This record gives sequence, C-alpha cells and structure tokens, in this order.
Amino acid sequence: MALADGNRGRVVGQPHRKVDGPAKVTGQTKFADDLSMPRMLACKLLRSTMPHARILRIDASRALALPGVKDVVTGAEFPIPFGILPVSQDEHALCPDVVRFVGDPVAAVAAIDEDTAFEAMQLIEVEYSPLQQIGSIDEALQTPSPRIHDYGEWGNIHKTVSLEFGDTDAALASADHVREDVLFFEGNTHLPMEQHASLAYVEADGRLTIHSSTQTPHYLHRALAKVLEMSPAHIRVIATPNGGGFGGKSDPFNHEIVVAKLAQRTGRPVKICLTREEVFYCHRGRHPVLMWIKTGFKKDGAMTGMQFRSWLDGGAYGSYGVASTYYTGALQTVTYHVPAYRFEGTRLFTNKPPCGPKRGHGTPQPRFALEVQLDKAAHDLGIDPVEIRRRHLAPANSVTANWLRIGSMGLGACIDKVVEAARWSERYGKLPHGKGIGFACSSYICGAGLPIYWNNMPHSGVQLKLDRGGGVAVFCGSTEIGQGSDTILASVVCEVLGVWPLDVRVITGDTDLTPVDLGSYSSRVTLMTGNAALQAAERARDMLAEAVSAKLEFPASRMVFADRRVFDASDPARGISFAEAVQIAESRFGTIGTVGSYMPPRSPGRFRGAGVGPSPAYSYSACVAEVDVDPESGIYTVPRIWIAHDVGQCINPVLVAGQVEGSVYMGLGEAMMEEMAYRENRGVVHKFPSLLEYKSPTTMEMCDVVSILVEDPDPNGPYGAKEVGQGPLLPVMPAIANAVFDAVGVRIDEIPVTPEKIFKALRGTGRVGPKSVPSAHPDYSPPPMTQVPPPWKGGDGKALEPREVSRA
Amino acid sequence: METLHRRFRVNGETLEVAFAPQRTLLELLREDLGLTGTKHGCELGECGTCTVLIDHLPVLSCLVLAAAIDEEQEIATVEGMADGKGLHPLQEAFADLGAAQCGYCTPGFLLTAEALLEENPRPTRAEIQDALSGNLCRCTGYVKIYQAVEMAAAKMRGELFELSEEALCGTR
Amino acid sequence: MMRLPRFTLHTARSIEEAMARMYSAGDDGMYVAGGTDLYPNMKRRQMTPGTVINLMRLGELRASSGSPSEGIRMGACQTLTELVRDNRVARHYPALSDALRVISTPLLRNMGTLGGNVLLDTRCNYYDQNWEWRRAINFCMKKDGEICWVAPSSPRCWAVQSSDTVPVLVALGAQFRFLSPDGERVVSAEEFYRDDGIKYMDKSPQELLAEIVLPPADPDLRGTYRKLRRRGAFDFPVLGVAATLKMDGDTVAQARIVLGALGSAPIVAEKASNVLRGQRLDQDVIEAAADAAYGPSKPLDNTDFAYAWRKQMVRKFVKDALLNLKSK
Repeated sequence: MALADGNRGRVVGQPHRKVDGPAKVTGQTKFADDLSMPRMLACKLLRSTMPHARILRIDASRALALPGVKDVVTGAEFPIPFGILPVSQDEHALCPDVVRFVGDPVAAVAAIDEDTAFEAMQLIEVEYSPLQQIGSIDEALQTPSPRIHDYGEWGNIHKTVSLEFGDTDAALASADHVREDVLFFEGNTHLPMEQHASLAYVEADGRLTIHSSTQTPHYLHRALAKVLEMSPAHIRVIATPNGGGFGGKSDPFNHEIVVAKLAQRTGRPVKICLTREEVFYCHRGRHPVLMWIKTGFKKDGAMTGMQFRSWLDGGAYGSYGVASTYYTGALQTVTYHVPAYRFEGTRLFTNKPPCGPKRGHGTPQPRFALEVQLDKAAHDLGIDPVEIRRRHLAPANSVTANWLRIGSMGLGACIDKVVEAARWSERYGKLPHGKGIGFACSSYICGAGLPIYWNNMPHSGVQLKLDRGGGVAVFCGSTEIGQGSDTILASVVCEVLGVWPLDVRVITGDTDLTPVDLGSYSSRVTLMTGNAALQAAERARDMLAEAVSAKLEFPASRMVFADRRVFDASDPARGISFAEAVQIAESRFGTIGTVGSYMPPRSPGRFRGAGVGPSPAYSYSACVAEVDVDPESGIYTVPRIWIAHDVGQCINPVLVAGQVEGSVYMGLGEAMMEEMAYRENRGVVHKFPSLLEYKSPTTMEMCDVVSILVEDPDPNGPYGAKEVGQGPLLPVMPAIANAVFDAVGVRIDEIPVTPEKIFKALRGTGRVGPKSVPSAHPDYSPPPMTQVPPPWKGGDGKALEPREVSRA
Repeated sequence: METLHRRFRVNGETLEVAFAPQRTLLELLREDLGLTGTKHGCELGECGTCTVLIDHLPVLSCLVLAAAIDEEQEIATVEGMADGKGLHPLQEAFADLGAAQCGYCTPGFLLTAEALLEENPRPTRAEIQDALSGNLCRCTGYVKIYQAVEMAAAKMRGELFELSEEALCGTR
Repeated sequence: MMRLPRFTLHTARSIEEAMARMYSAGDDGMYVAGGTDLYPNMKRRQMTPGTVINLMRLGELRASSGSPSEGIRMGACQTLTELVRDNRVARHYPALSDALRVISTPLLRNMGTLGGNVLLDTRCNYYDQNWEWRRAINFCMKKDGEICWVAPSSPRCWAVQSSDTVPVLVALGAQFRFLSPDGERVVSAEEFYRDDGIKYMDKSPQELLAEIVLPPADPDLRGTYRKLRRRGAFDFPVLGVAATLKMDGDTVAQARIVLGALGSAPIVAEKASNVLRGQRLDQDVIEAAADAAYGPSKPLDNTDFAYAWRKQMVRKFVKDALLNLKSK
C-alpha cells in the first residue's frame, strides 16, 4: 500500500505525537513497580556470595521465625529448569545445588514489607563448598573441569560454530594484500533506568496473573507454564510498559518465576523490584568478544575472502548465547561483497553474570572488528576509507556467501549523504594533530527470520475491533519499551482506516487478551507488527468498503478513507462518517473484527546454523565521527557524529530521529566508557555494580548528532519501513576508533577506547589491543567445519558432507 | 517502633501521613501517598530519576528524609505539573517531540527543567545541558530533551518557536 | 529498593539542642546536613547510627559572616549551590569557586553542603558497595573486615580523600571551627586531615563543624582548581590539583600546590612548590614543578581509571594549573 505523497501519508510518515506520550509526561503510565494490590507481600532474593560453589546446606528457620515473614523458598521448590533457548534450558529459578556467579539467586523471602524481607534475608544461613572459579575466556578454555554446566560442547566450552562458504584459503592466497588483526570488545550492559520489577497474584479460581517489566511476555508465559507445571491457559502474563529494555528484559527471569510461585504458596499478591546492583547481576548484556579477522584484498580494495573467529565470554548461563555466537559471524557479508567466508565462533561459560542480547545482539563486536580492519586496509592500499567501502557494496536483491537474502540496500545513498554532510574529503587526514574524523558503516536485521522455538506459526498477530462509535481497538502481543511500538500499531491502522490516533486504543502485551507477538527484540517490531496490523486493517477496510459500496452505490476502487470519513475520490462530498461506515458494515456482516498476522519469508540457507542472520530486510547505516584528542593525556571528546540511516520509510520521523539519536548516544557510551569489569582475584565480583561507577554518558559527554534518514522503501516492510532501534548504534564505535587514528595516529583495537589506552599507545608502539588469540586445550578436538558452497559456486543453501579443512 | 504523623504540602494540597521515621520522601510519595509519578533508578543519588521540587528547588527525593521536611515546604511532583485544564508547556513539548521515549526518566527531567525555566526563562543550549547534567537518560541521547526545553521556554515567553523539520527529524 | 535502616532523625532547632542530643546519643549518633554522603552510606550499611541529628535548620550554620578583607566565615551548612552563586566567593576566592562548581551535579549541590564536603568520607571501590557485595569479599579493613583489599599486606586503610574543596581549602590556608560540649576549637585545614583511610580527620565524633574560615582575600593571590574525572557530572575526583600563586614582578613569591584524590589525605606538594619559588614561570620551571609533584604521587587501584595513568596525569594537571595561573 503506497502513501499519498511519496514518503508522507496522513499519519504514516508524519511527525505525530507518540500515543503514549501524554501518559508518560504526566506520570500516569504505570510501570511494574508502580503497581500495588491489597495485602501485597514484598519479595527479596538472597544471592550467592561465591563465584562457583556447591550449596551444602540452607537453613531458613530463623528467617521464617521473624515476625512479618510469610514464606521462604529455595531451589528445592523449583526442580524444573528453564531458559530462553530450547537448547540451553540451564537455569533454575533458585539454584538447587550449584551457584555459578556472585549474584546467582539461592533463596527468596516473602514478607509484609521490603524492610522485613531484607532483614529476613540476613537470617538465612547458606553453607557453600567452593569450586574452582573460572573468570575469563582463557581460563575457561584451559579449565575443562570442573564444568560450570554438565552440557555443552566440551569442558567449559558452551558452543562452537564452524562454517565455511567457499574456499577461503584459496581466496586469501589469491589476494594482493592480506590483513590479519586481533581485536577485543569488552562486555557492557543495557542499564535501563527502570529496574526490573514484577507483581504476581492468584485469582480465587486459581488462575495466575503476573505483571512484569518484560520485553517478551510470550516467552515468559512459556517458561512459567513449564516451571510451575501449569497449563498456559491458566497463566496470564501482562507486560507493563518497560522503562527501557535494550535486550535486558528479554529473558524469563528468576525473580519473575519466584514471585509467581510465592503468590501461589501464600495466596497473596507478591511484588519484587530489583535494586540497581541486582540489575547488574541479571545482566544478559553484551558478550565480551575476542576476535581474529583475516581478510584478503585486491589492489582496488575489493575483498577476495574473509576468515573470522570469535571467542565469547558467556558468563554463567546460556541465555541467548547460542544465538549471540552465531550473530558474531552472521552479518559480516551484508554490507560489502565477500566472495568467500569462513566463520568459527566459540562461547565459553565463566563464573560471571550471564551475557545475552544487548542492542545489536552479537553484531556490534564483529562490526567493530571489520570496520577497523577496513580502515587499516584502506591505509595499507592507499585508498580512502570511504572509497574502499563505497566501491564494493553488496548489491541490493542479492544473496550473500552465507545465504542471507538482501532486499533493499540503501548503504550507498547513506555513504554519499553522510560523507557530504561531514565534508569528509576536505577534512580527512587534513585536520590539525589531535583532531580527527573516522568512518564506519553497518547493517542490522529487521527481525530474526526464525523464532526462538521453531514452529510454523506467525511471529506477530494483530486483532482489530471496530466499534459503532468510530473507535478502533488494536490488540497485539508486542511490548512498548520506549521505542514507539504502540505508536507503530496506531499509525498503520490510522493510515489505512482514515481515523486519527486519538480514536485508536492500543492494547498490547497481555497473553490473555492479545494475539502472540514474539516480543520487542531483534528490531522486529516495526516490520512484523506493522505488517500484521496492515493486514488486519486492510481486511477491515475491505469489509467496510464492500458494505459502503453496496449502500452508497459507488465502486470500492474509488473509495477513500480519510479524516474519519469514507468517501468517493471523484466526488468527496459523497460519503459518510467512519462510524456510520462501521454501522453499515456491522449491519451487513455482523460484529466486525479482523485479524492480521505476519511470518517472515523463508530464507535460502538450509544448513545447520542458517537460522541466525536471515531477516525479511536489512537496514543500513553510515557514520562519520569527529574526535578531539589531547595527545598529552589521551583524554578526548566527541564533538559531533554524522549518521545516515537507511530506514526504508519512516512510520513516524520524529520517533525515528529519536531512535537514531538514542542509538548514537548508546554507541558513544560503549565506545568511550562503558564496561562490565570484574575482580578476578576477589572471587570474580563485579567491580562496580552501581550507576555512579558504571559510566554512562551524561548531557556533558553527549555529542551533537546530525541525522540523515534515507527512505528507499523495502517491499517487505509495512509501507516499506525497516528498523531503526538498533542499526544506528553499530557504526559509532568503529567510527570513533578510526577517528582517533586520524587524530593522533594510534590504533586502539579495543572497546572501550579510553584515555589510558590512547596515552599508552602514543608512548608505546602506537597500538593497544590484544596480542594473540587464545590457545585451545591440548585435549580438545574441534568439530569438523561445515562446508556450504556459496550461491555463485552452484550452492543450493545446503551443507556438503563433512570433511576436514586445514586451518590457517 | 515509632510512627511519625505529619502534614505535607504536596502539589498545592495539605496531606496528612503516618510513616516510619526513616522513610525517604521518595518512599513517602510513592508508597504512602500513592503518587507513583516520581520514579527511582538507584536510590543512592546517582541518576536523578527521583527528582522533585521542594520550594521550587530540584532535589533528589531518594536522599531527602520525609521527617526533615517542614509543613510549610511546598513539594511539587510531576502529578502537579498539569494545571487540570491542560498540560504544562514542558509536558506538551516532551510529548510532541518524543523527548519521552520509555518515559521513566521523564518526570525527573520535567521538574528539573521547570525549575531551570523559572529561574532562567531564556537558557542557552549550554545552560540547559548544565542544568540537566544530573539527570541520566538511556533512551534519547538528550537531543530531543534539549529541543523540548527550548520549545517550552519559547512558548512560556510567549514567543514563536521555529524548529525546522530538519532539526527535528534529520534530513529526509 | 535500597532503603535506610531504622533510625530516629532529630531536627535540631538550636546548636545547644544539637550538641545535647549528640552527647546523649554517644557512639550511636551522627550529625547530618545535606545527607548526600551519609544516606547512601546508610543504605549500603557502611554507617548505621541509631540517632541522626539534622543541622539544616540552624540559621547560624546556614549563613556567612565576615568580609573578603577580614576573611569570609562560611557557615558549614550552606549548600554548595548557594556558594556557587555567591559572587564574593567567585571574585575573591576563585580557586574555591572552581572547586565548588565541579562537585557532583546541580541537584546534589542543591542539597549538599560545604561542611559535608569538607568532612566527606574517604572512598574506595571495595568500600563504597552494598552490604551483600562487601560480604562476598569478606568486608574490608575500613568496615567490618580486616584486610585492605587494595593493599592486602598493608597494616592501614588506603581509602581515598575525595572532596574537591579540601585541597583548595588547604592551599588557601583555611581553618575549621568546631563546637563541642568542651567548647570551641579552631584547626587549620592542613593539619586537620590524616593520612589514613579510616582515621582521616583530627576530629572527635562529638564535634560539630560550625564554620569554614577563609583567610583575608588577597587580590594578588591567583588560584585555580583542576579536577580529573571520567564524566562532566556525578563523578568524584580521581585527581584534584589546587594551586595558588603570588607573583613578585616576574618571579614567583609564593606558591602552593595541593593534590587531592591521590591518597587518604590531601597532599601538600612541597617539592613542587619549592621549585617555583623565586623563579620565573617559564616552561621548564613549570615542567620541573610538575615533575616534582609527580614523583612522590602514589595512587592505588581503588578508584576509576588505571592508577598508573592517574599518576601520569599529576604531571599534566599540575602543569595545566600553573599555565592557567600564569595567564591570569
């Protein structure tokens, strides 16, 4: 369905106020911790103080005896494991026998208030027997025993991935220039302003309801049913508006399952709100990743082939980590043409809070590695860093070496515009010492092509109810985490039906009321809920059109739905109000309700591992960052970032701009100062689980942002729309690292790029970064590589029979 | 255990509350008065999320002892910003420009900005950044917040505010 | 939520009342002004007084007296915002104004006081943590434990002096006036601080800080304060350089450099100051002074930033401070 005027419709494409705006600015929005019920109990979790230990004994008798304490539970009450991915159901709501990181929950208290619960926690005695702690990638590789989990690849290797698309050794041998680089991206966390909170209660008939700050109510629903051994039909999960998510609220969590169980056991509502420190222990943030990348180039900068290896420090549990591992190897091929590609990824278990999906999910790290290496290669070859990319873009409507189908590809336009806006050619390499600009590009998926548990059902469903009074109710399982998902639904429905957002009631994230939507992750919401809403709205419009056409006697093909009216395009005065149209349709058909659903197209990859990476569409971004470095200290600022983002079509341009700016902000934080650091020699405690010491940019650090939105509609998106919530973050980190090189001539091959590292590089070898890749344990034999011929080698998307491959 | 019994002026009204002596103003507002508009991000003074106004001065309610507040002191929370008939210009601007994304930090920013504009009706961008430097946001990158404050400030001065679509949405 | 432990707050309506309540509370009592240091510490169970005496309603402590020519006497309970806006401070004691402006955030400055900043608890990454976190490392020497984790074989605590105003007050020669049941005591800022993370002040718990007394303003005395921190708001200093200078024609007549956030007490960089006296402020002299400050500096790994780099920054920040003073 096309918009009336290019990229601008009546609602879609216009900078309307977001539908949840007024409630948020008046404090009316109820976040999970704002909810309260009569006789509500407060819950607190007792957490492990050991990084790795066996639980010998828990004695809660003194806690239970404390007046005001209503219940205490331990791992014994939660024998059934859960986890977000079917292949890593390795979590228990409370640890039954082993604790795996400082912060792992072992017991829970329900009491009349938080003060009493806190006091009761101190009275629970836990006896541990320490096990050897594993605090790093190297340690995990070299310490196969004790195993942190009794499943996985081998020892403390959780997962390995080994894929090759074409003969990369031959591709490298035929190159004019080969670069081999090792880079490191430290872990960081989402740091939403809202701490996780959940409120659970049981109705008189035994049905359970939980309100929770979650991005994925459907997955929480499934986990609760499994662990509590209840029919999902008797469990209701309501996702409250999230005060920020960024991927940190996408797992089913210990505290959610615990309050549900406590509500059942006590017969009273139970609420928990995590402290900020506990949010650091929930984590599920960006994996620290060590990366090795070897790429062959022709003299003109074209890549002949690429070999990429990643080691992910996964923390103590699986979370989304298997997917994260695949993601560290998936999107290297969707920006520039890579004729042959090899990827080996390894995820390790360590005794730290578990890593999972954070904005970009496993792709910012390899993007950093690739974009920095390209910058270096450009220098080696005497080519401008913009040109080396611009000349060799992956083509639109093509399939990559690793079988990802690219549709619309606006990276060329993004590059042209951002380079012009930043006056790249005038300034690159020409600024005074200390000032520099750097360039990087990136791409991101618009929703994962496969759901987390494999099935053939839609990824998103929308129901519409049309009221005789002209109001429209939109039901969808999506969750508003601040990105504007409620507004997407309202905007699409308004555009089709010709009503205004104030006429539309959006009801989301309620497993009893709304059709399944998989959740707010992988940037799927605009494309998938938008398409489902489009289908439901078009079906409703068709019904109304048929009824109105019969009544008013002009063809539906001339019917316009706009301004709360339905009228004849060739005679606008001839029409009726939208409400009347609904009444006419209801008279004809009965009660009006429609559904729409969306399922992504099947991707061409057919090999094991092909499930991660495919998407109905890819967004693209190009970024120029300007830095100002003081060579004497290494201290630097980022005055300005220019960013062009290929969004396909803005559903709401002011909200799109907000996502671009917010992504740049978060990228800035990751580039400059954010890191999840641990004290390995002190029981692997988190070095600083607080908002003061985990450094997140204030207004004083934030740069100017010059945004350019490229709108080249993608046929797979609603009105051509692609994602914007994650893509613009990705190029920021490498652009800043590359800018530092332009400014003072040193390479910081690590994120974050800190003053200490710049200082060290300036006075040392000119580079700070990892020196080498980790060694495997002598007893470990990696599995054979899966060979999948790329499309241009006559491949059909399937893997060949296994055979050995020599490793470079 | 002692319970205190005091009167507080909140959003222009006198309210009587019984509360524990160690309650912070944040807890009193949210849990004893049901005014959940004031949010919390850390309860240690490290984020600015819990900002309220006391006698027009923005302070962190997580570190104000309810017991230390005098009956005459005027406490203002986000619930009192709209005057019943319409939103405060800052609220309008934050809503219109998408300066409230997840909305969790928004009440704190609104009140800090309200105090700024009361004292300085024509702040420069740098003055806005400085005044808001004690409020953290993880969603917006602050850009739309600055624009919203400037827009509201102009409206409150009775001036026309020109924000080009390019400044608002980027170049399309 | 992080919540305060149970305690009773008394809002004192007179200094006598404050001191009487403190006396009867004994070891279980603490004074509070803005609360921005005490209450987070209490929520983390670093301090758990049963009685807290609020000083913010004591008019005498909320006002300044004196004049620049006599020396301004600053009430200890004046908020940092009030002092940032005090034109007399900005004009006559610019180094102090520099320091006041960079403390924490505007919101915290609306609540925090100069007295609170002067008496700020020493800080450490192993100490400024929640109770459960500290239990996981078996606590530390400063609170509930025996070992100083940043220097495990050391017999003393190495928590860091983290106030921005303290190095400046030491450089200016300020004094502190205390009240107690035993009477009044005036002590110079320089002598007040001790090189120990636990016993970092020459003060008994019963003493109430009433005034910070500044010396008569000297129009020829140049002063500045430089702060190193990761972000432009919230963060405590991980290095502070307070420098004052008086010229006699082209040469330095008086110089004082005081370093903050490097040790448990502010460090008077005597050697650096000596290098400057009688010299012209040429580049090589400035660098020699910076080197002399750098040499003895020994930051440890208990704050933000790599401590080896913090040490390097001593040289740079002292140099920058002196260049700034040269241009005034």
